[in-house]
Amino acid sequence: MSKLKTITRRTFLIGSTAIAGGVAFGAYMYKRDPLNPLTANLKEGEAAITPYVKIDASGITLITPRTDLGQGTYSMQAMLIAEELDVELDQIKVDPGMPDPAYYNTALSDEGAPFRPTDDSFAAESTRSFVDAAMKFLGLQITGGSTSVPDSYEKLRQAGAVARETLKAAASQQSGVSIDRLKTEKGMVQLPDGASLSYVELAPIAATIEPIKDIELRSPNQWRLIGKKVLRHDIIAKSTGTLPYGIDFEAEGMVYAAVKINPRQGGAMNSYDATEAEKMRGVQKIIPLKNGIAVIADNTWRAFKAANAVTFDWGQAPYPAEMDAHWQTLSDSFTPDLQDSRTRDDGEIDNVFAEGPPDFEADYRAPYVAHQPLEPLSAIAKITDERADIWTGTQIPGFVRSNVAKATGLTEEQVFVHVLYVGGSFGHRLEDDVVKQAVEIAKSIKGTPIKLTYSREEDFAHDYPRQIAMARAKGKVKNGKVDSFDLSIAMPSVIASQMGRQNFPVPGPDPAILAGAWEQPYAIPNYRTTGYRAPELAPISSWRSVGASSNGFFHDCALDELIHAAGADPLEERIRLMWHEPSRKVLEAVGEMSNWGSDLGENRGRGVAFCLSFGTAVAEVIEVTNTENGIKIDNVYVAAEVGKVIDPINFDNLVKGGVIWGLGHAMNCQITYADGMAQQSNFHDHEGMRLYQCPNIEVRALENGVKVRGIGEPPVPPAAPALANAIFAATGKRIREMPFNKHIDFV
Amino acid sequence: MRLTINGKSETVDVEDDMPLLWVLRDELDIKGVKYGCGIAQCGACTVHIDGVAVRSCAIRASDVEGEITTIEGLGNPDALHIVQKAWIDHQVAQCGYCQSGQIMSAAALLDQNANPSDEEIDNYMSANLCRCGTYPRIREAIKDAASKLSAGAA
Repeated sequence: MSKLKTITRRTFLIGSTAIAGGVAFGAYMYKRDPLNPLTANLKEGEAAITPYVKIDASGITLITPRTDLGQGTYSMQAMLIAEELDVELDQIKVDPGMPDPAYYNTALSDEGAPFRPTDDSFAAESTRSFVDAAMKFLGLQITGGSTSVPDSYEKLRQAGAVARETLKAAASQQSGVSIDRLKTEKGMVQLPDGASLSYVELAPIAATIEPIKDIELRSPNQWRLIGKKVLRHDIIAKSTGTLPYGIDFEAEGMVYAAVKINPRQGGAMNSYDATEAEKMRGVQKIIPLKNGIAVIADNTWRAFKAANAVTFDWGQAPYPAEMDAHWQTLSDSFTPDLQDSRTRDDGEIDNVFAEGPPDFEADYRAPYVAHQPLEPLSAIAKITDERADIWTGTQIPGFVRSNVAKATGLTEEQVFVHVLYVGGSFGHRLEDDVVKQAVEIAKSIKGTPIKLTYSREEDFAHDYPRQIAMARAKGKVKNGKVDSFDLSIAMPSVIASQMGRQNFPVPGPDPAILAGAWEQPYAIPNYRTTGYRAPELAPISSWRSVGASSNGFFHDCALDELIHAAGADPLEERIRLMWHEPSRKVLEAVGEMSNWGSDLGENRGRGVAFCLSFGTAVAEVIEVTNTENGIKIDNVYVAAEVGKVIDPINFDNLVKGGVIWGLGHAMNCQITYADGMAQQSNFHDHEGMRLYQCPNIEVRALENGVKVRGIGEPPVPPAAPALANAIFAATGKRIREMPFNKHIDFV
Repeated sequence: MRLTINGKSETVDVEDDMPLLWVLRDELDIKGVKYGCGIAQCGACTVHIDGVAVRSCAIRASDVEGEITTIEGLGNPDALHIVQKAWIDHQVAQCGYCQSGQIMSAAALLDQNANPSDEEIDNYMSANLCRCGTYPRIREAIKDAASKLSAGAA
């Protein structure tokens, strides 16, 4: 009994409920592992000692700590555990659990290591393990960077296998049958005589057994779930309006709140007048917050309405008030003192251009763009002297917990972050202002839960957008081939802006400044990429595919122009230059899918683009028609190399969604500042793509790569350049600035 | 004021200018109806009033004459509407936040026009925004539901 008690006591690490008569696998081994970076590189099997499987009288719960933002990651994580645990997906519950350092994300750091994702050398791999160990030490539990699959692929299967083997040991103890004669299926241990013992009934015994760490993962040909089309666990709820999102959450005795914060982001509030607002129906209280106010009312709409009735004297923005100054700052940033990194410098670029003028030279621009998932930001907070409860959809539950602890004076153990379902994110929920504000409001009425909901206008005004960026490209051709390519990119640092808000300094160059450019696996004889870190402008944040969202456009459009200058075929020349075989295969795949080279007929054009981002190689071919009413996108052919597809339906959905995201924003969207405020306030002036503009999209997954990769972001970067290159093919017009609708009409 | 919602009569005491959306969500706890924009741009709040798709954020509850149907009244996990069934079969949802509104729009479309052309689907459904980009599956699901409707009617 003493051992069971120990386990129970320590299960706080994985959840708020103590387990009565149950077991939470491996939770009690946690202390030995993540805190010591020297044991980071565990032997095979040992890494399975992780808190992901909880079995008690109520059933089997799989802990899926990466937040489901809509990308289906709960299902994906559950599939990996269930595969080895031998449970069916309809037998289990999924729960994101409480934030805990045990749920650190190691894959996230791979992007930060100074090796190209295509580099599998000993130096590259050992550096990645070292950085992984540091991540483990920091315990960063973050959902982002297309890392959920690579981070989970081994870890969660091992967790499932350890739990299965331990349950078999429990069954052996119970029945007296030796372990090797036991089998598992559908949440049961099968005895040779045909009898079976359920995992649930075995859980109390399993809890007294040291977890079996000597496990062997099943080979892919034995898989029942991974790689198969399964019904996503939330699909029925999401198709019937029965899934509660963060914004839908209700706590007993809850009141509603709205905020109005200086729309000049970071600017002060000099004064406000709430006299009229205070008299409005349902308004309970109006309180000042940092740089703004909050209204507490008995209904969301009444809170919005009263917040709009408050008048303000706002302070100035801490960045240039008008857009021209932002572009000027970028344009002035291509200077040696602002050089952040030059992570590729092949051949003799300086000598090449000393010999004569370039054959091609152009500048490119990418504007600020907002995230704006369809569910506006919200957070519910309840603060007492003993504890704080936060209910919200977040990608950074660990940061949320420590920020709430700091704001309330409670210890981290007294802060409970309940991660709820999320109506989209695209990077938006890597920020936690909404939680900080909810906590301030809740502190003013301790003991009463408050739900803060952003109006769409408030959400737009305080969206930390995608970075603004500018590129300068030049190149030379020789004998009909691309010979030299020099690309310089200037942008403010996304990582510094974003992590600065968490007081989490990230030293050294910002890998986002050249992401999607420096690591492209082309063997161009003279090839250089240089990143310039522009001074901070408007505050910015990670936007689906981060640096690559602008850089993929710059790099591949410039390459296309260079190939055109060489007189070569856009696809053939890319294939010729591509040294990395899995990447070359995605290019060949889209060539085949699109029947590249065939005659499209009049007023039509075809463009190709490629981008390796987050380690995932993606190629896209786009076909457009130049109609009387503007450009119509007809077809998109996409091939992506991910090593292994875990969940084929999610994969297909994420690729199509990524293409639509990339195209819709490249065509139609920008955030611009005037008088220090974002000029776009709702979906009428920043709408992404609607159905009538959506092309036919065909998707192919390739599995030639050595590593398993994510797919949430990588389909985004090639979409914009493939479209720009297709528009050129159809019209002869080069578009070098997003959004494209500044330069050409779309149907 | 009195409202008939999903076949049930409800009485609420609210201001004349409160949008139907907020009466449904905050006064009556009908949460399948989503807030997305508040200005009839995204369609997440789509409900039916006497079978016609209406953006509930842009109509005052006091102006409603007729029976209101929300996603909860269209069907439920144990008794799915044919459009919901198609949405599940095609696994349309990613984040799913817009899908209540998409399904309500699609159901209203098929009610008016059991066999819409591609262009009619594109036009009608463009009032509903999806930020995740589930449009290809929305098209497939509507066509599937339409073909099942016509098979059922035949």
